[in-house]
Amino acid sequence: MSKQNRKKFLDIILGAGATAWFASILYPISKYLIPPDIADANVTSIEVGPEIEFKRGSSKIVRFGRKPVIIIRRKNGDLKAFAATCTHLDCNVQFKNETEQIWCACHNGFYDLEGKNISGPPPRPLAKYIVRVARGIIVISSEDMA
Amino acid sequence: MSLYNWLNERIALESMTKFAKKKQVPVFYGTVWYYLGGVSLFLFIIQVVTGILLILYYQPGATTAFESVKFIVSKVEFGWLMREVHSWSANLFILFIFLHMFTVYFAKAYRKPRELTWYSGIFLLALAMFFGFSGYLLPWNELAFFATKVGSDIAGAIPVVGDFLLRLLRAGDEVSGATLTRFYGIHVAILPAVFTVLLGIHLALVQSQGMSVPPEQEHLAEDKRKYMPFFPNFALRDLLFWLIILNVIALLAVFFPWELGTKADPLASAPAGIRPEWYFMFMFQTLKLIPAHVLFIEGELFGILMFAMGGIIWFLVPVLDKKANQNIRSKLWKWIGIMLVIYIIVMTVWGYMV
Ligand code: HEM
Ligand code: FES
Repeated sequence: MSKQNRKKFLDIILGAGATAWFASILYPISKYLIPPDIADANVTSIEVGPEIEFKRGSSKIVRFGRKPVIIIRRKNGDLKAFAATCTHLDCNVQFKNETEQIWCACHNGFYDLEGKNISGPPPRPLAKYIVRVARGIIVISSEDMA
Repeated sequence: MSLYNWLNERIALESMTKFAKKKQVPVFYGTVWYYLGGVSLFLFIIQVVTGILLILYYQPGATTAFESVKFIVSKVEFGWLMREVHSWSANLFILFIFLHMFTVYFAKAYRKPRELTWYSGIFLLALAMFFGFSGYLLPWNELAFFATKVGSDIAGAIPVVGDFLLRLLRAGDEVSGATLTRFYGIHVAILPAVFTVLLGIHLALVQSQGMSVPPEQEHLAEDKRKYMPFFPNFALRDLLFWLIILNVIALLAVFFPWELGTKADPLASAPAGIRPEWYFMFMFQTLKLIPAHVLFIEGELFGILMFAMGGIIWFLVPVLDKKANQNIRSKLWKWIGIMLVIYIIVMTVWGYMV
């Protein structure tokens, strides 16, 4: 090996060593920073409570796993449930009984009671959840279960 | 003076005082701008002092944070003062960094050999804004909760790294108690450490290069230019400004207190009037004005890309403004600066009107 080649060889070894050294520090740190999945993330259905206690023309937000879900009881008694987080920038939406619409106060976004975005900045509809009443108890389940 | 001598034999005090005495500050119409950086430094010191005092009672966590801040402002003696000064000084801190940045911009102080000072300054501004963003959540009130949801959602829309960034910021998929713990760690440990190092570099560069003057001043003959010694003449004036600022903060803290608001509830609908801190308002208002879809991408992403591009151009001014290095004022960059100032002011005011 010439002197030149030997120098190059040592440079490569040194560079690769330094890179590996850095990677072996950065890898565990980057993994550590993302928290582990918590078990309740995989909830597929929840009980909300007795149907008779849920007033017509009202709504409430419940925890579905770690996600907030808005459940709505229309004037005519129909039950609807949607992801409560606005598709625009993630604020929690609210039910407007007078107009039977879902409203996001953050930037004035509107959805209809099928979850469709009808005005304002929201780019997508709200995800739907399935509502059933079993023996007088309201149960919400995620769509992919059905 | 035996203490002086004792120290001087050990840590070369003489060369330091010589340096401070030799340092000259140019005197001209723009001398007053030189105080802005110093005021920013003073405000940072106030943040460190009041912040450390707040740590003594503050308890991060979804069930304790709001209560502990309430305890600080209602039960702890002068607790209200500490929180008010921390909040007011935080806002003035960012205001003064902005003022400082624009004055050095228009004075062309970023030209060779001070490019590194400009770059480090931009990083300091970004860190200061992150300081504000992370601190805003700490009282765990409704306004801050939803502002953080929105802010981190915007970070999540960044292509490729967005998902990672969102989970990194929120410590999960949703803003929760885990986010609060994380923001606390960022706010009181990570940012102060990084900020202090960068600030040290920034100040070392300023000290070693001396004060810059705008091109017109540099063109003047040496006998037409005036100076004052940094020490004690300029340093005492610095001190006077600091004293005025401290009094202004005290007045603001007493007469315009920051409200604590209502406690955050992840299962409540967002109230109307959710807004970020004022220094994010111009970006927030812009995002609000962009329609849901621009061409084929979502409006949010479009806005982020625009701001990212703008930020990179602003950062790279020392490279892009070729005329500045020849001591010529470029019309183009002057107008870019003026338009940017107007844009920020108009969007901010607009954001507060609606
Ligand atoms: C070493 C430096 C710092 C420490 C140890 C610190 C510590 C703290 C603590 C413990 C809180 C929670 C108490 C409270 O909310 O009143 C807080 C809040 C806050 N901090 Fe800091 N901080 C530091 C620097 C800064 C800086 C440089 C800024 C500049 C933007 C800042 C902005 C804020 C804001 C806006 C709040 C929320 C205030 C409120 O509404 O109560 N902090 N900080
Ligand atoms: S977050 Fe709902 S409209 Fe912007």
